[in-house]
Amino acid sequence: MSELVIDGVGRTFPGVRGGKPTTALQPTSLTVPENDFVSILGPSGCGKSTLLRIVAGLDHPSVGKVVLDGREIRGPGSDRGMVFQSYTLFPWLTVEDNIGFGLREKGVPENERREIVADYIDRVGLHGFERHWPKQLSGGMQQRTAIARALANNPKILLLDEPFGALDNQTRGLMQEMLLGIWEREHKMVLFVTHDIEEAIFVASRVVTMSARPGRVKSIVPVDLPYPRHYTIKSSPEFSALRSQLTEEIRSEAILAAQEQ
Amino acid sequence: MFRPFQPIGYGTRVLLGVGFFVFFVAFWSLATFGGFVSRTFLADPLTMVADGWYLLSQRGFLYDIAMTVWRVVGGFAIAALIAVPIGIAMGTYKPIEAMLEPFVSFARYLPASAFVPLLILWAGIGETQKLLVIFIGAFFQIILMVAGSVGNTRRDLVEAAYTLGATDRGIVRRVLMPANAPDIAESLRLVLGWAWTYVIVAELIGASSGIGYMIINSQALMATGQIIFGIIVIGIIGLISDALFKAVNQWLFSWRLA
Ligand SMILES: Nc1ncnc2c1ncn2[C@@H]1O[C@H](COP(=O)(O)OP(=O)(O)O)[C@@H](O)[C@H]1O
Ligand SMILES: [Mg+2]
Repeated sequence: MSELVIDGVGRTFPGVRGGKPTTALQPTSLTVPENDFVSILGPSGCGKSTLLRIVAGLDHPSVGKVVLDGREIRGPGSDRGMVFQSYTLFPWLTVEDNIGFGLREKGVPENERREIVADYIDRVGLHGFERHWPKQLSGGMQQRTAIARALANNPKILLLDEPFGALDNQTRGLMQEMLLGIWEREHKMVLFVTHDIEEAIFVASRVVTMSARPGRVKSIVPVDLPYPRHYTIKSSPEFSALRSQLTEEIRSEAILAAQEQ
Repeated sequence: MFRPFQPIGYGTRVLLGVGFFVFFVAFWSLATFGGFVSRTFLADPLTMVADGWYLLSQRGFLYDIAMTVWRVVGGFAIAALIAVPIGIAMGTYKPIEAMLEPFVSFARYLPASAFVPLLILWAGIGETQKLLVIFIGAFFQIILMVAGSVGNTRRDLVEAAYTLGATDRGIVRRVLMPANAPDIAESLRLVLGWAWTYVIVAELIGASSGIGYMIINSQALMATGQIIFGIIVIGIIGLISDALFKAVNQWLFSWRLA
């Protein structure tokens, strides 16, 4: 049984050049059980990325700790895959070598690696692009490759930091369905950061809303829509009800965040 | 046509490029054939060509060219072989940077040509001395340029590699090195260009072969045609080596241009 426990995690960045320190994240607690798909929703600057980076092990909490399967996280590792908002494919590697990067680093034998990579190429629908350079791909394709790259490592948890934030609406919808399809087949824990309310509801089994600066968890809203989900669910009354509820929650925070700036 | 970054056709590009060379030679011809400059100080283009032919056919100038090329390539290769790994280490590990950066920055400004007299004392006037001049001129520059590139590696790529389970060693070998290989190659191309100037200085003093040696000999004979021919040969070899380097870089790092 896998489980992620975020236990009183807070982060304060020291002030630059004698300035005041910034509290990016107030002590936050959240437990993610196996198979849970959690969306983290909040206005920009509320510490979503900070939280995700701490779980990934790329940043350290000022207080509290993150525990995955009973082991405290002290640094990055292949048991937590991450997809960033900025395109972070390795530009010197082809699509298939990008997807195989983690496997190669682990020392997985060539044959096995090829099989796994081919499988993920299939799942994210990148047939015919195996030998392309990242530069030759659209933004959506790059993020699909990045998702495949993270999943090929078979992590316990997938961390996604606004992965579709820079994509157009249509592509974004398709990507959400693709991600959901993958998750419905191989259940993993997922932490999905977004500032898009519809997106947060559509994919997740729970939506965690965060309050404006300094960030903390404001509410946890369960999404009781059955899987597998079809995009038409977005026009169902249940979906609309959730959307209104979350819009209300986020709106007040967004106003607060805007006033601060 | 004259708008910022407005592209031009291939034909126009070649025409303009060649045209300027023609203009340059025309100006030179006018100055010399027109009698505006004394023959003693500046040979005309035809004399230069004739002198060049004389050097190549009678004086074994090809051997001098080969010597110079070998010195540049030899000194440069040794410098690159040692400096690139040091530069990568310096760009990667902050303690190494803290230790070496101040010294290397200082050493970079030591003029390689000023070392010639000292190097003659240390190493005589043999090949070792020539290689050392080029080595000194190239070594510190390469270290700093490589360290600069590596230090500026996109942090998000490094972080992505960490989340994929890369070890520290893996980061260096599978991210920092491939990510910066094109920049490193480009730095080497630039430094190789500078190495050409050091070799000539080294050959002007205490040499018995090489393009620089021929030039200093010709000065004694007031053979300005030969001097100019030598200078032009250096320019042409530089141009060729630069083009070769560029072509190899483009071929090796096609992912950049894709
Ligand atoms: N490395 C850092 N140094 C200083 N302040 C930071 C750093 N990273 C983030 N912050 C600050 O922390 C706050 C939260 O940032 P972030 O987690 O990126 O928010 P979000 O992802 O929700 O938009 C912001 O005010 C940001 O300026
Ligand atoms: Mg963010």
